[in-house]
Parts: sequence; structure tokens; C-alpha cells
Amino acid sequence: MSKELRIGEIVAGHFHREGPLLPILHEVQEEFGCVDAESEALIAKALNWSRADVHGVVSFYHDFLANPDPRPEVQICRAEACKARGIESMMDEAQQAAGDRVKLSAVYCLGLCSAGPAARMGETLHARLDTGSLASLIENA
Amino acid sequence: MTQTIVRISDDALARAVGADALAAAFEKQGCDVQRTSSWGMHWLEPLVEIDGKGFGPATLADVDAILSGTSDRAIGAIEDHPFIARQQRLTFARAGKTRPLSLEDYEGTGGWSGLKRARQIGSDAIIEEVTRSGLRGRGGAGFPAGIKWRTVANAVGDRKYIVCNADEGDSGTFADRMMMEGDPYALIEGMAIAGEAVGALKGFVYIRSEYPDAIRKMERAAQLCAHIIAPFEVEIRVGAGAYVCGEETSLLNSLEGVRGEVRAKPPLPAIRGLFGRPTVVNNVLTLSAVPHILGEGGANDYEALGMGRSKGTMPIQLAGNIKHGGLYEAAFGVTLGELVNDIGGGTHSGRPVKAVQVGGPLGAYLPPEQFDIVFDYEAYTAADALIGHGGITVFDDTADMGSMARFAMEFCAAESCGKCTPCRIGSVRGIELIDRILAGKETGGGRQPDRIELSPVMQNAPKRGRTAEEEIELLTDLCETMKFGSLCALGGFTPYPVLSALKHWPQDFTGEAVAERELGTVPGGKGA
Repeated sequence: MSKELRIGEIVAGHFHREGPLLPILHEVQEEFGCVDAESEALIAKALNWSRADVHGVVSFYHDFLANPDPRPEVQICRAEACKARGIESMMDEAQQAAGDRVKLSAVYCLGLCSAGPAARMGETLHARLDTGSLASLIENA
Repeated sequence: MTQTIVRISDDALARAVGADALAAAFEKQGCDVQRTSSWGMHWLEPLVEIDGKGFGPATLADVDAILSGTSDRAIGAIEDHPFIARQQRLTFARAGKTRPLSLEDYEGTGGWSGLKRARQIGSDAIIEEVTRSGLRGRGGAGFPAGIKWRTVANAVGDRKYIVCNADEGDSGTFADRMMMEGDPYALIEGMAIAGEAVGALKGFVYIRSEYPDAIRKMERAAQLCAHIIAPFEVEIRVGAGAYVCGEETSLLNSLEGVRGEVRAKPPLPAIRGLFGRPTVVNNVLTLSAVPHILGEGGANDYEALGMGRSKGTMPIQLAGNIKHGGLYEAAFGVTLGELVNDIGGGTHSGRPVKAVQVGGPLGAYLPPEQFDIVFDYEAYTAADALIGHGGITVFDDTADMGSMARFAMEFCAAESCGKCTPCRIGSVRGIELIDRILAGKETGGGRQPDRIELSPVMQNAPKRGRTAEEEIELLTDLCETMKFGSLCALGGFTPYPVLSALKHWPQDFTGEAVAERELGTVPGGKGA
């Protein structure tokens, strides 16, 4: 199925909802790994919005990427509670373990603040990490 | 032989520390494993419960010993554990006791009775009871829920909405997450009661994308109880990683599918909210407290707890570098020292406590000297601090408060919606300023005039640069501008962590020498 058709389907699936854009963007991001300029244009056309309006929304939120990143991603919490448990001192080794192969991204709070440092890979959460377990998590990503 | 019933939480935190594998291991041993909500004793997760007795933190290696009764992980009867026994759980009454998505468990523990009663007594009486209970918004602002509901009920609109703010972005808070994952029907019941009170038929729960488990459970719960709450409807919406969407007007914009920029108030969302219609926006904890209040005599019971104008209980979250972290629901009035030292058991690392941040990334850092402050909205406001969403993050003496202050500004810059200048630009200037101050720690600080300032056309620019003291003064001044000039709490409250860190730990900014010269004393200094 062409991208145009698929995005048309996604938009149609959410069209009846009140304020459908965010659910649409989530599904497009899920399907194509990003919401690129082409997708923005297609969504805009389907919703009868301007491309600028759609781009404004896409670029506002951290979750939507302009380009796909095929690397596995590990999100590491860098917020206060995990800082208090020493995540910052583990980051050098985490970077080393990741190299160019794994994408490390900062996330501000996974809600596991009483058992930090915490990280997320896909739908799986990890808590009470130390330098070793964080590095092995990244190496096995 | 009857099967041993083993209860293990399926809360995200328990799962993050291996509860799923543990549950599978018990199943393999022929046990009937029930996945319940979490008791909230997070340092003991994964906690295994057999006949009311707890074992934790359990690992796969402990399975046999637990079943044979020889495990050294035993903590005795869970209900009698001091951490649980000292609490007054109203909002979290079911924590640890029920299977989150079981309608049978929910009904069996008094579920839906608040909604049934609400439907009998009608709109006016519901709002009257919520007002009488003294319930205030648990999201941070502490606005009386009854007054908000009354405003929406009286507002004219062809449709009205109930919006649940589940964009719990504050570090150090997880009560919303635990509520949604552990007792989703209580939240939905609270929303349905709110709908009944103000005449709304549609509710949205806006959950942040960082909470995959909560999203999954809430979506399922909304489906499973649709016939009970009908004609009221609940729809789950997922955020997209913008912290500012926890601000109510920004959240409404995000729900409408536009940029999550903050709206100017007035008009209040209660008058013109979602899609321009009267809207109740309440936090998860506020709405989840409602079913209890609407129970027979619930409003009076609730009002009897707490102190001053802070009534009822607050689910407090103990987080960060703390030994016994978790969820502690108690009536208002408990002191910070009790929470951190007695209940929390001090730091996880065993080192002395240096600072405690109350109220998330926008809350003030308090030193141990202020541990006698009582948990109460007004007491915190008076101390230039805030309760916020009830999160308490503990730091030991290795924390560098200069870099924490910088982080507060950095976070504000990254998460600012960009609508108002004090927040958008002030936070960036704040980072630069703190960077300069921190860079001057060894050299004595201050700043040389730059090329632009020295040029003759810049007549008003000072030609001699700035001293370290003047830089601090500039930072204080910037914070003042952000505090009073920002449109919402993000820019408006970022000064709290910055100024409190500067006030209590000046030596972390400028080094001992300047701090002493400037303030005469170094409170909370080395070894404090």
C-alpha cells in the first residue's frame, strides 16, 4: 500500500474523534518511525489544514521525529530523582556502551522515582540500575 | 491440595524490577498467581504476598525458600508493617489489595457506591458535599474542587467536558501512575461523578506517553466499565512528551490537537475550556478522592482530617535518594522531617541528607534546618516553597546544588512552550548566567565586559563588567521577572528551585570565599 493511501486510512480511522490530530500523529509515527515532511503534507491535505499548522504541532512535541532512526533506542531518565541516585555519573559508561549503534535519549521522568535510576526500552521499563546493569541493558538493546 | 495463592503487583515499578519473571516462576511451581496493585513500599518490590504475609524484595532465587517458609526476605504481615500501619489511606484504600482491572474486586471493595449515591442525590448535593469535604486540587494549585465544579455547573454550554490531567511530568511523583495502574475504576468513577455534578457526558484522560502501562490499563478499564458509567463516556488520550502539557490550558490545546501552548486566563477553562466549552480540569488524585467523599458520610470524614485549609489526605511520594521510598498517604500536617527521616529512613546511600526538593522540578529545595515545616498548602507558600503534586525528592551530601539550579533553568528552557517571553528567554539567560557564575567558582567570579559592551555606541552598557556579587544579583532579578511575568507555573515557579538553592547553598555557586563575603555565613556548608 502506498504511503498516501495508508496515511489516508489512518486519518479516516481517527476523523470522527474530537481533536484527532495527536492520535493521528501517534499512529503515523508508530507506522513509519517518524512524521516526515511528506507525511505532514498528506495529513494536512486529508484534514484540510495548512501544512504549516500540522508542522507546528509535529515540531512542538518531543515524541515526533522528523527523520526515522533505525537504531534501537534506550531512554534514560535524567530528571531530579534519578540524578539524586547518581545517573549522571553513569552516563560516560552508558555512552561508551552505546557507541553509534544505540540511540540514547534523555527522558524526564518515567515515574519510577523511588527506585531510580530508571530507563525504558520500548514498552519495557528498568529500575534500580547501576553502571553495570545499565551498560548491559544498552549492549543488549 | 489447594493451590497456594501468591499475590504479586503488576505495577510498572514492580515490573521494572522483575515482578513478571517472579510471577512466572511461582506459576511454574503450581501456585495461583494474582497480579494486584502495589502496596507502595517500593524498596520491597517485587513484593510477594502469601496469606497476608510479605516477602521482599524477592528475586528468582528466593522462590523456593518463600514457598517452604524459610525465606529471610519475610517482612511479616504487610498490613502491620509500620510504613503501611501509619498511613491513612483513603484515595489509595485499595492499593495492594485488589486486582486493578477486576470489576469484581472493585465492586467487592465498595466500588461504584459513590456514583450510585451521586446519581440519587443529584448535581447540587454532589457539589455541596465536595465543597464541604474541603477537597482541593491535588495537581499543585490547590484550588477548591467544589468551587470549580460549581462554576462549570452554572456555566452555559451546549456540551461540557470532564478532563482528567494525568500528565504527571514532575520528577519525584508517581501517585497518578500508581492510581491509574492500580485502581483505574476509582478514577473513572470520580470522573463520572464529576460529570453527574456539572452535566457533562464526556470525559478525557490525558496520559503522558512515558506511562505505557497506565495507558494500557486505563484504556482497558474504560472499555470494561463503559456500561456502568453510561451515558457518561471516558476516552483516553496520549500526550507526546511535552512537560508543559501538564499545565491545564496547554493540556486543553493538546487535546484539541494543536500546539500545547499555554492560554491566557481568563477566560477560565471552567467557562471556556475544551473546544470553547465549560470544562472541569482536575488531577488524577483529585478525581480519585471523589468516590470516597461521595460515600455515605465521606465528606464529613474527609473534612475532619488535615489542618487549616488543607483538608483530607495527601498521597505523598517519597523519592530520589531515600531508603524507604514509595507512596505514603497521610492527613495534612505531617512534618518534612518525619517524612524523610522516620518514614523514609534517611538516604538510600546512607550519607547525610543535604537537600529535599518538594513539589517536583518547580519546587523549592529545602535544607534539613527546615525539616519542621508541616505538610500544608499555606505553610509551604509561607516558606517560599510549594507542595505541588506531593513529590519529595531527597538528595544526599554529594549533590551539587549549583548544577541542580542550572538543571532547573535548562529544563525550563527545553520544556517552555514559547508563548511568553520571561519563560522562553529568561530560562536561556538563566542557564548562561548560572554557567558564568559556576565557571567563576575557582577564580572568584565576575565577568569582563565584552566587545559589544565596550563599543562607544552602547552608551548605557556598563564598561567595567560585573563582579560575582552583581552576577548573583542579576540572577535574582531575572528570577523575579520570571516569577511575576510568566504566563504559567513553568516559568513562574522555575525560580523556586533556583533561588532556594542559591539561598541555602551559596557555596555551591560561588565557592566558599565569595559566599562568605557576600552573606557573612555559609549555612548548610561543608559537613552540614
